[in-house]
Amino acid sequence: MHDKISAEDQALLDKFLADNKMFLGPDPEIMRNHGVAPRSEAEEAVLSKGFDAHRAHHIRGLVNAALSESFQMVNQMGAAPGAKWGDLVTAIYTANGNLAMIAPHGIITFAACAFYPIRFIIKNWMDDPTVGVKDGDGFIHNDARYGGVHNTDQSMMMPLYYKGELICWLSSTIHEGENGACEPGGLPAAAESKYDEGIKMSPFKVVENFQLKRDLVTFLQNSVRDPKLQLEDMKVKLHAVMRLRERIVAILDQFGREALIGTMRMHLEDTEVEVRRRISELPDGTTRVLQFMDSSLRENIMQKISVAITVKGDRMIMDFRGTAPQFLNRSVNTNLASFKAALATGLLQNIWPDLPHTMAVLSPIEVITDRNSIIDAEGEMPQAMSLMPLFKACVAWTIPMAKFNYSLPKKYSAIIASQYDQAATFIYGGLTQHGDVTGNFCGDINGMGQGARSHADGEHSVSPVFGFMADSGEHEINEEDTPIIRLGAQRLAKDRIGFGKYRGGMGYEQIATARGSGLWGFMTGCEGSKFPSAQGLFGGYSCPSYQLMKIKGINIFEELKKNPNVVEVFDIIKLMNERPIPGGKYSSNDMGMTFELCSDGEIYMICQGSGGGYGDVLERDPALVMKDVREDLLSPDLAREIYQVVFDDKSLVVDEEATAKLRADVRRQRLARGKPFDQFCKEWVTPEPPAHLPYLGSWDNNAEIYASSMGQRVKMPADQMQGVFMPNPKDVAIMQLEGEVEKLKAQLAECQSSK
Amino acid sequence: MKVLITEYLRINLDSEKWECRRCGHVHGDARDNYKRGLLVYDRDPREIHKPLLDTKLYSRTYSPDPTWCRILEYYCSSCGTMVEVEYLPPGHPPLYDIELDLDALKLQWKDRKEVVDAVVGPDLAAEKVRHGRALHAQAHGHDHDHGHHGHKH
Repeated sequence: MHDKISAEDQALLDKFLADNKMFLGPDPEIMRNHGVAPRSEAEEAVLSKGFDAHRAHHIRGLVNAALSESFQMVNQMGAAPGAKWGDLVTAIYTANGNLAMIAPHGIITFAACAFYPIRFIIKNWMDDPTVGVKDGDGFIHNDARYGGVHNTDQSMMMPLYYKGELICWLSSTIHEGENGACEPGGLPAAAESKYDEGIKMSPFKVVENFQLKRDLVTFLQNSVRDPKLQLEDMKVKLHAVMRLRERIVAILDQFGREALIGTMRMHLEDTEVEVRRRISELPDGTTRVLQFMDSSLRENIMQKISVAITVKGDRMIMDFRGTAPQFLNRSVNTNLASFKAALATGLLQNIWPDLPHTMAVLSPIEVITDRNSIIDAEGEMPQAMSLMPLFKACVAWTIPMAKFNYSLPKKYSAIIASQYDQAATFIYGGLTQHGDVTGNFCGDINGMGQGARSHADGEHSVSPVFGFMADSGEHEINEEDTPIIRLGAQRLAKDRIGFGKYRGGMGYEQIATARGSGLWGFMTGCEGSKFPSAQGLFGGYSCPSYQLMKIKGINIFEELKKNPNVVEVFDIIKLMNERPIPGGKYSSNDMGMTFELCSDGEIYMICQGSGGGYGDVLERDPALVMKDVREDLLSPDLAREIYQVVFDDKSLVVDEEATAKLRADVRRQRLARGKPFDQFCKEWVTPEPPAHLPYLGSWDNNAEIYASSMGQRVKMPADQMQGVFMPNPKDVAIMQLEGEVEKLKAQLAECQSSK
Repeated sequence: MKVLITEYLRINLDSEKWECRRCGHVHGDARDNYKRGLLVYDRDPREIHKPLLDTKLYSRTYSPDPTWCRILEYYCSSCGTMVEVEYLPPGHPPLYDIELDLDALKLQWKDRKEVVDAVVGPDLAAEKVRHGRALHAQAHGHDHDHGHHGHKH
């Protein structure tokens, strides 16, 4: 054996290994690096000469306009429901795959992921004689393991050559929905392995000479439930990117290559400098928050996400160690690159909305995770419902950053509690009334309640947690295209509120049924039925828990025919408590439901959620309390019990004096019942999670991870984390039922023997 | 010099103490966890997020499950203001959520003017949403400008 080989032999060995790689899987060198790559030679050549900031500003405006135009094209022409609501983005990248600019509207996260596949193409296909990259090529991709939020999003990526030189990359991404997974609609909570997730496109060439290759398109159409959608949107994305290309070429014609190269690089570098400057304004130290997710969407199981943000000078470190381990057979894992893209989105959405939408907002921030945790899952893990940890990433900033930001003499945006962060919408699939097979999800996902602000209540159903711009869709269009009928929609969910001095913005009720399909079904993918999801701030309460309600075994259309007044109003609480539809099987369930068939006229009901509250409820202005009562958002009982306001039932006039007295009494009661912290901790803190609670994550020490695997509790070092395997919920239910049968049999035998 | 840290907490840089912003009560050493100076109460979450469905008919009623979730309420031991709430699984150690480097903080505020009332930042997130909605409405033929609603013809 030789310990050392010559440089020549080493080079030969490296080349041999590179040429003979068995599988070009997701490349850790690409996927674990969210940083802006160093200046290329071309960039250095342009910038070292000095580049006029005014010129950069001018070019940036033109590029932004071009991105905006291509965004509008996809928004107008896209066939996917998501495209119609704005669940898309277009973007431009430097020649070496740095995400330079994102369309001024749309979903930041998509583009914040798409530089990974572009880097993959550059590294692997550019010099590969069997693939190559040339003018007129277009590449498609959907597998989040190569970069992406989840496999339901598809990107079109195109290199832009100008006078023979690769100047930049362009992309367009849409949340397409259907992708041929084990459940319709593209978000299969039932996926137990990555092979249940539907088509998994690593980046490959699907366009040559600006034309789709029909053989590959057909292959993709053949792999999904909605072949028309697959074709239409591939065309839409291609032509939007081609229009963007025309605009960028026009900029190059007018201003030259150096102007664009310089602008993109300067944009990235300036953003990084500004982020570091803002970090250095924050106090040094660490702020922390814990996020708890109570479901795998197949069963209730508590998963902790531990967040510690440390600031030291102009350095910021986000430390997620102590977070729950990955699931081997549940789809709520995410890979680290997707998680970071969601972090970038959350930072822009909640903390510094005025910063340019580019990868440079996150690149200066260091991220530490435990490998094989639920937010840094290994490639074989299913991650079709990665939305669960990703939505948590979007709001991970809000509480700890408010604790850094509050002191600042100059704030860049309002102090705000957490937005509701669950995908509270119906995912659907089956046969339409037109005989087409389809699967997708509804625009109600975009109506999440805003967190309360330090100076005002949160806005109701304001936007999705992952984007500023998104419509909640037109139910009429949906009813034309699918058998879904809305019995109730956009009615604010009364009393389901994140209470506080300022309350969270509320979510709305969604009541749906199906009609005229031989085969139709729904699924829902939300946590927060046992443990609330949107956190309050500075003494404000979280949102409540939310449930999925069903009325099965009836046909509401038949009932309405028999008695048009059978339901006075489609209000979830009234329907569930008064049970006006005879013969219905009413149930209240977890918000995580795998695909389930819905017969004509059966009713499914969910809510969008409230944002977290801000501040002590006793400081809420009684006038604001009564405004909520008058607007029928809040019951008079809750106005009294939560906010401690004294008022006249009929006139709703507040007795200010009595209210002040009552609130003073309540403060005294607090003093009487509260215990000093150290004493409280002695009584409260347990050495490990309670035995009854299926629990994943650290407890008192982030280096030790608790897990429940196959029903058994285990403890492991965080740096040697193993995945968790969950038993089939039906097997668990059968086991419980068998246990009950055995017990009943024994009781029966006892009765018989005593006779 | 006092630095406002939350709606209800400030740090007195001179005395190096956490103080209540409502009553001025001194909670304790600013180099330590402010929670140690507060009173805590373990609240059943059903008392705040009350069951909205009939508990005789359903076990899931919009209330959190008290065996999974507890609300720790932290009160100023002098004026009873609720300074913080923390939702935790039963028995989970409370979080040390604000751990600032006091020496760095002093240095940082050496040249800053004291802020007595917290500065309210611009409502950029809401503004961006409104802007996005207006653009979207325009693109889809709805004119939401100047309060005129309806389809463009």
